[in-house]
Amino acid sequence: MVLVLALGDLHIPHRAPDLPAKFKSMLVPGKIQHIICTGNLCIKEVHDYLKSLCPDLHVTRGEYDEDARYPENKTLTIGQFKLGICHGHQVIPWGDLDSLAMLQRQLDVDILVTGHTHQFKAYKHEGGVVINPGSATGAYSSITYDVNPSFVLMDIDGLRVVVYVYELIDGEVKVDKIDFKKNATTHVSH
Amino acid sequence: MAPDAAAEDEDKWLAEGVAGIQHNAFYMHRSLDSNNLKEALKFSAQMLSELRTSRLSPHKYYELYMRAFDELRKLELFFREETSRGNCSVVDLYELVQHAGNVLPRLYLLCTVGSVYIKSKEAPAKDLLKDLVEMCRGVQHPLRGLFLRSYLSQISRDKLPDIGSEYEGDADTVNDAVEFVLQNFIEMNKLWVRMQHQGPFREKEKREKERNELRDLVGKNLHVLSQIEGVDLDMYKESVLPRVLEQVVNCKDELAQFYLMDCIIQVFPDEYHLQTLETLLSACPQLQLHHQKSSCSDEGLLSQPQHPGEAVAVAVSCSNTVEGEGAQHLCRREKRRQGSRGEQEEERRRRGRQQLLCSRGILEKQLRPTVDIKTVLSQLMDRLSNYAASSTEVLPEFLQVEAFAKLNSAIGKVIEAQVDMPSVGAITLFVSLLTFALRVHPDRLDYVDQVLGACVKKLSGKAKLEDSKATKQIVALLSAPLEKYNSVVTALELPNYAQVMDHLDSGTNKVMAMVIIQSIMKNTTCISTADKVEALFELIKGLIRDIDGAQDDELDEEDFKEEQNSVARLIHILHNDDPDEMLKIICAVQKHILLGGPKRLPFTVPPLVFSALKLVRRLQGQDGDVGGEEVPATPKKIFQILHQTIEALSSVPSPELALRLYLQCAEAANDCDVEPVAYEFFTQAFVLYEEEVTDSKAQVTAIHLIIGTLQRMNIFGVENRDTLTHKTTGYSAKLLKKPDQCRAVYACSHLFWIDDQDGTKDGERVLLCLKRALRIANAAQQMANATKGSSGSVALFIEILNKYLYFFEKGNPQITSSVIQGLIELITTEMQSENATSEPSADAFFARTLRYIEFQQQKGGSVAEKYEAIKVS
Repeated sequence: MVLVLALGDLHIPHRAPDLPAKFKSMLVPGKIQHIICTGNLCIKEVHDYLKSLCPDLHVTRGEYDEDARYPENKTLTIGQFKLGICHGHQVIPWGDLDSLAMLQRQLDVDILVTGHTHQFKAYKHEGGVVINPGSATGAYSSITYDVNPSFVLMDIDGLRVVVYVYELIDGEVKVDKIDFKKNATTHVSH
Repeated sequence: MAPDAAAEDEDKWLAEGVAGIQHNAFYMHRSLDSNNLKEALKFSAQMLSELRTSRLSPHKYYELYMRAFDELRKLELFFREETSRGNCSVVDLYELVQHAGNVLPRLYLLCTVGSVYIKSKEAPAKDLLKDLVEMCRGVQHPLRGLFLRSYLSQISRDKLPDIGSEYEGDADTVNDAVEFVLQNFIEMNKLWVRMQHQGPFREKEKREKERNELRDLVGKNLHVLSQIEGVDLDMYKESVLPRVLEQVVNCKDELAQFYLMDCIIQVFPDEYHLQTLETLLSACPQLQLHHQKSSCSDEGLLSQPQHPGEAVAVAVSCSNTVEGEGAQHLCRREKRRQGSRGEQEEERRRRGRQQLLCSRGILEKQLRPTVDIKTVLSQLMDRLSNYAASSTEVLPEFLQVEAFAKLNSAIGKVIEAQVDMPSVGAITLFVSLLTFALRVHPDRLDYVDQVLGACVKKLSGKAKLEDSKATKQIVALLSAPLEKYNSVVTALELPNYAQVMDHLDSGTNKVMAMVIIQSIMKNTTCISTADKVEALFELIKGLIRDIDGAQDDELDEEDFKEEQNSVARLIHILHNDDPDEMLKIICAVQKHILLGGPKRLPFTVPPLVFSALKLVRRLQGQDGDVGGEEVPATPKKIFQILHQTIEALSSVPSPELALRLYLQCAEAANDCDVEPVAYEFFTQAFVLYEEEVTDSKAQVTAIHLIIGTLQRMNIFGVENRDTLTHKTTGYSAKLLKKPDQCRAVYACSHLFWIDDQDGTKDGERVLLCLKRALRIANAAQQMANATKGSSGSVALFIEILNKYLYFFEKGNPQITSSVIQGLIELITTEMQSENATSEPSADAFFARTLRYIEFQQQKGGSVAEKYEAIKVS
């Protein structure tokens, strides 16, 4: 069992002062094995903070990131799953599932994690999963109105992945769960 | 004499004294055993004669005294037994001991018998005590007198005619008890003070040190006073405190004054201090005057030079002989003082030359008392602060006696009287007073401001503080209200707060500004009006702009980033739900940050832009409600501010960031349905793209953002839209690298086919884009062939194939199954050609694309029908 934290579009300090305190208190070092971040952190302080939660940090570049060394996209294999990360501003139309599916084919991954729209999404698509963890700070977006802060925790166990979505709604953290089995039928449970 | 030899001698003298005591004590005991009273008295007197020595230091004398004391206790016990058995009367005994030849042994014996006498109650305690305390005047040698009276104090402690005591007399004998202790105290203090004048001047320092060791003998009397039950508040107020203070003030001795003041504060209850605050404080300035005068006479050796310059010369030459390094430091300090004399001339003239010369004396350093006026006042305030914190019930008392006003004025007087008090001293006092004010009067912000105001006054006319201790105290002073109220809003209401901050050097000023910001963030304080924002930016102006003269040369890049990021975070906290006030806040922030200069704008402009965009979005929802009324806050107005702000950023220049922000604004203008504004923002973004964004990698990102944004715009009329799409496709085809060109061009296809919009479904132009992308992909491959001798990646073709599939599925009539079939065959051929390089990622991509087609074919329904004609194998 491997825990993977997926988050992105924090936009600190351009659009938000910090992560919500409730999230910060949930995210403690030592519990998570990998972090994948879709980008737009935007500053080193945030990078260092994530690194303090878990040293195995994978970041792709958002259009506001000061660190130009982040790659445009990245793939990694965790357990039986191949994961792809990309910020998503390069995929036009933004947030379009069919266009993201093309990226999923291009990277040849089971799970594609992208951001940019600030809207949490999780689809099962062509035998894989496309996830957008939303904005961890609930940052302003020209694409999505009324953004709630959200992030995703993936529990990868063999051929099975359980995707937990944490969303901060009116000061309360709400958790949703999506179960996914590779090469098998999938179902959604809320 | 060498110090070691002197110590050896002293040890020898002490040993002799101890031997003398032991010898006589032995005979005294033998006489006691044989009930020979006369002999016993003779030997005890001889034993006590050892205490007549003048050769011992206080420390050694104390050892000797303790030996004698033990023996005296035994003697006392004997006297008590004798008198209780009736072998002799205590009255006779009291007479008898007075026959001892020497005054010192006589008085020790008299005190010892006196103790028994009082216990026997054959005469009133008050009369005997009065007699004893008077008799003790017979010894005027300071050290011997102090110990004798200490003995008297010791034996009488449990025999005072206090209320409830068994020795209480008929009428009001508490007064007698108090009178006795007071008198003993006064006499002891006189002896103690007089000690300093004994012996040669050159040993003064050593003597002061010794004197300091004896201070608790004197202070003990005050402790006894505080233990007397009968000393209630009234008595303390009416007689005890005034009498003690009178002695303190009149003794004109610095060491004694500050030690005793400290004692008073420590031994008596807080409540008493509170109720006698005025009396207590009124003594302080008096001490101060004496302090200066006494230090003046102390420094007689300076022979009162006529000119300040000479004083320095004397001070330096003199100190050179005394200390090495310290003197050098002093010399430097003197020179610095001379340098700054100009500004302080007037002040100094008023004080007169006499005082001027005294206050700069070099001995000040060597003779620095362990307690000074500053410590005394701080102690007092700290005690009162703690008392106030102990229970809310006592707070009305504080109000009733106007404690704050009294402390405030006392501190003012002390600082005024002591012009040369270093800033750090004065500020320490202000910190104590502020702590007091915050504890006792948390609701009185004006008090806090008064303290800060006084601090400003003290520091006025001086340049930035250079003393690190003083700086530390200022930071403490400024941090205290933040900690107390957990809110910076409070500090914003203190007009003097910013002024105190101005006295900090620019580095510390920035640190303090950071403390303020952190306090805001930690407490999530909401700064909700433009006025508060103005005040806040005034406080943290050290971070907002270059303060005149401040050099950035030594600026630490990391620190600067951290500071500016903090300011950026702060901007999000400035918020009001009312759009009009929010607009005012935005204007205020804009005004300040635009002064920040090229280095700061890239940090501060984005948060301001997004803060303003959030407001735009709020107004966008409310447009229907406001109707035709004139509203101050409109999206249009905000767009003007945004335009101005981003323009400033673009001229920094920071074109890439400015371009992104323009695009954000364009989209917001789109949502607000203002086409000209949206077009203008796009124009600005394009101008930046054309003129400023030169890095090819940056161009790729920028073009994707432009395409992505333009794809989402729905308010442009045909003409504007054509202009913008035309430009965009043009930029795309002109990117440096062929693969980038190719990807940007196929992305442009989405500008002509928008799913949820009726107007834009231009299948032909979509196809044109895709064909153009194919041509570029072809060219890219040929280039690879020419330069590397092997065919380039087929990945671009597969990407384009996927785009064909996308529009095929969306129902673009121009994209037919045969075109797709052709493309699949092209890719297959390419991949199988002889000079094709093995490319696993492209293989996987292609395989997955084909699998996707199969997947769609198996789906059934209209999609499957569409895909039926495509053959994948």
